[in-house]
Formats: sequence, structure tokens, C-alpha cells
Amino acid sequence: MKRFFGFVTKEFYHIFRDFRTLVVLFGMPIAQILLFGFAINTDLKDASIAILDNSKDEMTRKLSQKIISSGYFLLKENLNTTAEIEKSFQTGKIKEVIIFQEDFEKRFMKDGKASVQIIADATDPNNANLFVNYTSGIINNFQQELMREQKVPYLITPEVRLRYNPEMKSVFMFVPGIITILLMLVCAMMTSISIAREKELGTMEVLLVSPLKPLQILVGKVLPYVLLSFINAVTIIMLGKWVFGMPITGSYMLLLFVTIVFIIMVLSLGIFISTVSNNQMTAMLISMVGLLLPTILLSGFVFPTENMPLILEWLSYIVPAKWFIIILKSVMLKGLGIQYIWKELLVLLGMTLFLLMLGMKKFKIRLE
Amino acid sequence: MNNRPEKIIEVKNLVKRFGLFVANDNLTFDVFHGEIFGFLGANGAGKTTAMKILCGLSKPTAGEVKVAGFDVYKQTEEIKKNIGYMSQRFSLYEDLTPVENIRFYAGIYGLSNQKIKERSEMLIEKLGLQEVRKSLLKSLPLGWKQKLAFSVALIHEPKIIFLDEPTSGVDPITRRQFWEMIYEAADEGVTVFITTHYMDEAEYCDRVSIMVDGRIDALDKPSLLKKQFNAETMNEVFIKLARRST
Repeated sequence: MKRFFGFVTKEFYHIFRDFRTLVVLFGMPIAQILLFGFAINTDLKDASIAILDNSKDEMTRKLSQKIISSGYFLLKENLNTTAEIEKSFQTGKIKEVIIFQEDFEKRFMKDGKASVQIIADATDPNNANLFVNYTSGIINNFQQELMREQKVPYLITPEVRLRYNPEMKSVFMFVPGIITILLMLVCAMMTSISIAREKELGTMEVLLVSPLKPLQILVGKVLPYVLLSFINAVTIIMLGKWVFGMPITGSYMLLLFVTIVFIIMVLSLGIFISTVSNNQMTAMLISMVGLLLPTILLSGFVFPTENMPLILEWLSYIVPAKWFIIILKSVMLKGLGIQYIWKELLVLLGMTLFLLMLGMKKFKIRLE
Repeated sequence: MNNRPEKIIEVKNLVKRFGLFVANDNLTFDVFHGEIFGFLGANGAGKTTAMKILCGLSKPTAGEVKVAGFDVYKQTEEIKKNIGYMSQRFSLYEDLTPVENIRFYAGIYGLSNQKIKERSEMLIEKLGLQEVRKSLLKSLPLGWKQKLAFSVALIHEPKIIFLDEPTSGVDPITRRQFWEMIYEAADEGVTVFITTHYMDEAEYCDRVSIMVDGRIDALDKPSLLKKQFNAETMNEVFIKLARRST
């Protein structure tokens, strides 16, 4: 046991004396969560628009006011002629123009019909869609209010309620994803690199000739990363909670437990990678290409796997991150207990067992 | 010195096969206590395979092998405790200080804290590393690293030390100094099992064996080998042997 402890101490020296390792271990989690949380925000806020009001009456003024005060839009300029629309789009300052028809209020009162034109800059289609939807939403709302004042008898008002993330904050989606990606990166990549480094430097031979057992060597190499990854995961959850207001409705104990299960799973993956690579470069490439990309693309973190071609959807089933993200979302956002996630948990445990056995076997073969 | 009868490594009819390939073809040799045994052979002759078996890293396909009195089939744990190993890459950690390296290796061999402390102090003093004891190993010159690596491989007082091409890529002066350390260790009763590429170094050994294509084709004192092959130097002996086999 004392031998083992000395081994772990040595591993910590390696970690704390290598600046690059430290950056990856501690800088990256914080940088990533802040980046994802603040920069890659798909929520609409303060989008610049222009308004061309051809009517300039009480009603258009009210409607404009409502749009601008919604918090989603920011009025950059008031246009006077149709010719200016093209110009202001071209300057790139505005993303959307709202045009009110002439005699807007009059037509509305007389015919019960008046038109608003919404023109959006669709160089970024997702955003354009978002602008248009938000604007139409506000206009519909305005219309309903008017109708209520006039006491129109029949009116269907759909009341939409979004469960688990009522404000549709994208951070709620990113935090579980980032935890997953970071654990993948830190655990798998760092462990596989650190084992490959011993091979590259020839120190692995010496360790193998020593009385340490292969299992002790593996566990000794991996244990420091378990601890650090765990600290990382907790840091991200805390940042998510306190900086971005992400709720954790489920049990903390369960959350920590599933995190540890996932960490062990990823470490087994790291061990496996290290057994198939002879130097740090290979280990890094395999981790990057083989792990990081599938984790980002096929885990359902960014793109829903249900909408993918069937082959990709099947492929996503063997991406461990997919299952972990499902578990995280269930526990963090839905507040579900273990009885709802045991299936996903079993999948992870099965994968862990499989990889560990494969890794140990490969490691032993290498001894021959 | 080499007349001592006590055998520390006994190898009888050792065979190691990888599929159809025979890496070690019926090796039989003994190494005696306290001698410097040179294990020579071209690349791919089967030296490394044999050495791995002797170190308990790999099991023979057939044959009897005993190292320090322990059987390589069943008692690899005991073997590992009784041998030291140093590879050509020195196998120290560059991002640790000399003391940390010593402590680490002493630690994995299970030395007591008290002993680790004594040993590391003694070694630092002996190797003259007092001034650099707190600097990382990567800042030290190659010669010092090599000496330290050798001392570290001996830290648990093994009966046998295996040196795998310890002097490749090292300048002649450092090599000379290194051989002085080897002699010193041998004088203290440690058996030295060394592989090397340098034929002049073969002359420094008490006995050498030369492997060709998985077999041991010659084994004796360097002086007797030279006589047997009617050669001036060990280099000639080696070349003659290699020619004979092709």
C-alpha cells in the first residue's frame, strides 16, 4: 500500500510540474463553461432592428413600443423610405426590419386587417428564424390584447408551458454537455497520454520489472486523474448553478454518484487507448478524433440524435456520452431518482466492464 | 572471481516461440555470483526476449530457468524483488528531482521510510549531487543522469542487475566512468548481466555469450573466445560468428 501511495505522489508531481497539463486540467473547464455559457448563447437578446413606419399612428407606435420593450430587440434606427431598407441591411448593423403598412390603424379598425412586413437577414438562417418567430409572437400577443378590449366572443388562446427549462435557457443544455466533454477530455486523454509517456520514455519497462503489479501500475496512474476529474466536475456544476442559475432539482448524492461512474468508464477508455498507442502523440490523436468528435456530434449534446440518419442514430448508442447526458439531464433538470435512470446507468457500467477487461488483457499481452 | 561455483542464473534448454517464430532456440547457460556477464548479439538475435524472461516479464515456452534461485514460471514476484534493471533510456523521470527519483524507486521496491532517507542521503553525497538536489533532472548533464540511474537500479540491493545497452549513445569518457561503476558494483558482490553493442566493452566482461539467430553460438571468457576463433579483438570474433551463420 505504501508503494502504491508513493506511486500516486509521483503522478501528482508530473501533473503539477507540467504547465500544459495544468492548463488542460484546470484552465479549460472554467474557460469552456464560461465560453459556452456566455458566448455560445442561442437565446435572443438585444437583436438590432430597424422600423419603417409608413403609418405613424397610435397603434403602430404602441406596437413598436411593445416590440422594443420586450428585451429581445433593440431599435437601431427609424427608416423613412423603402430604399433605406437595403442600405441598412448592407451596413450589417441591423438583423431585421419591421415595416408597417400605410394607414395601419385605420385599415385595422375599418377592415379588421392590416399588415406588417418582417424582413430578416437570413445569412444566418437559425437566427433569422428566431427573430421572425419572436417578432410574430409579440405581434400576435398585441393583437390578442386588442381583441380582448373589443370583447370578441370567441378566442382560442394557446397557453404554452415549457417543462424543466421554462425560460429555454441554452445554458441548461450546455452544462451537462460540457461536464461530459470535459470528463472525456481530461480523463481519457490525460490518462492515455500519461501512460503513453511512460512507454515513450522507457520508464514503463522499469516499472514492469519492479515488484509492482500491472494492476497497481494502472490504478496508480489513473487515480490522480479520478480525483482531479471529480473536482472538475463539481466545479462545473457549481459554476452552472451559481453563475448561470442552473437548477439542480435532483439529489446531489445521486449526481455525484453517476459522475463517478462516468469518470471510471472514461478512465477505462483511456487505459484502453494507451494500450493501443505507443507514444503520446498517437494517444492524443486517438483521444481527440476517436472520442472528442463523437462526443460532441453524436451524444445529443448539440444535435438531437433522433433526427439523424438511422446509421448515425445506431452509432450514437455506443457513444457513452449519450447515456451520461441523458442521466445528467434527468437528475439535474427533471429531478428524477435512480429508478428512472438505472437502464442508462447499466449501459455505462457494462461499457466500463467491457473496456476494463479489454484494456487489462491488452496490457498483459504487451508484457509478453 | 569467476571460478566461484555458486550459480545465480541457471538456464536449461530455454525455448521461446512466438507462433512459428523461434526467438530463443534451446538456450543453456549459467551465470555465476558476482561476475560480469556480457550478453551479446545483433539486433533481432533474441537478446531482449531472453532478458525479458530472466526479468520475469515473459514466460518461456519450454525449458528450465532459475533466477536468484527462483523459478520464472511461478516465482516472478520473488525474482522481481531480487533484480535491478536499467534500460538504455536511463528510465528516470525528468520532471522529478534526483531525490524524488531515488525516493520513488526505493518506494516501489518497498524500502522503509527510514531506509529510503538514509539511502538517498548517502547516494546524493556519493554522486556529488548536493548542489543540484533540488533541481529537476532534465537540467543535469547526461553523465550524472546515467550514474544516478545506475545507483537507483541498485537501491534495493538486488543480487543481479540487468543492464540493457546502458552505454549506447554516450560519449567515451562517460562510458569509461560508467564501467568503473559497474566494476564497483561487481566487487560488492552484485552480479551484472549486460547487453551491449560495443565490442570493446565485451572485453571488460568476465564472460560473454554471443547470440546468433536465437541460439548461443559462443560462450566463454573474452580471451579464450579470441583464441578459439583465432581473432585479435572481440569485434573479429563477432564478425566471424555472424558470417558463419549466413
